[in-house]
Amino acid sequence: MTENLLILLLLVMLIVIAVAVHRLRSLFAAAMLFGLFSLVAALAYVLLDAVDVALTEAAVGAGISTILMLSTLALTHQRTEARHRRHLAALCTVIFTGAVLLWATTDMPGFADPESPVHQHLAPYFLQESASDIGIPNAVTSILASYRGYDTLGEVVVVFTAGVAVLGLLGGRRSSGRQRREED
Amino acid sequence: MQHAPYWLVVVLLMVGFYTMIASANLVKRLIGLGVFQVAVFFLYILLAKVRGGTAPILEEGIALYSNPLPHVLILTAIVVSVATTALGLALVVRIYHAYGSMDEDELVQHDNEVESALAARDARVLQAPRKAESS
Repeated sequence: MTENLLILLLLVMLIVIAVAVHRLRSLFAAAMLFGLFSLVAALAYVLLDAVDVALTEAAVGAGISTILMLSTLALTHQRTEARHRRHLAALCTVIFTGAVLLWATTDMPGFADPESPVHQHLAPYFLQESASDIGIPNAVTSILASYRGYDTLGEVVVVFTAGVAVLGLLGGRRSSGRQRREED
Repeated sequence: MQHAPYWLVVVLLMVGFYTMIASANLVKRLIGLGVFQVAVFFLYILLAKVRGGTAPILEEGIALYSNPLPHVLILTAIVVSVATTALGLALVVRIYHAYGSMDEDELVQHDNEVESALAARDARVLQAPRKAESS
């Protein structure tokens, strides 16, 4: 029960941080607060038994994402958001979508219900057989590297493509800038 | 009350969505996308939780584990989300160096100015020969 309350408390904290990030006009402060957001998310993942996800979120989400945001701010010279605009159409869209999603949650199985359909298929097999199939105690690692190895291969392809695209976008920046100056 | 965590996740999802569509600043929009993604991750991780279960690391004497499959899917999704964020931020840097701004309103304004300047130049070019003929 206390664990559930802690999870709810952390989710409320995440919402508060997300609203604060939206309201902040300093981009530097928003980037740092977003790092904190990832760290609180990692804490909640630990309470939800997803320790591997928590480690990844803390390292990749709080670490690398924050570094990427800060290097973007270093490469550009814009530090603050120009102004806040109140967007009535956006607000209506968000409220409508949120209402539909809230309505949809009534059809979902209750939180942490052991009878939920998610737990009936595949998961029992992984938990019973992965120790003898793969031979390591961590079921998440067994699935990631072996049962769903092609997923991980696809992930590597996506990361490689993104890396090549970022290099293509930023690698030639200096030379193209110089060319433009010469043309001027 | 059984669905309370899902409700909070929906609220978080919508805060990220609103930041994404209502902010003019492109970096702010990517932060909104990040909030949205974390909310989707939570939806999966909440579904994986089993009452009284522990982390899915097999050990003697433990009978009940949480579902490891959603954890694996989200592990992949977190890495992919960082890859997409990196690509988005690289695009923002390029846009900033081309336009001198990363505010959407200013970008649109700049584009409109360039367009009207080009239209004015075209009009002048088209009118020039006619003037030459009339004189």
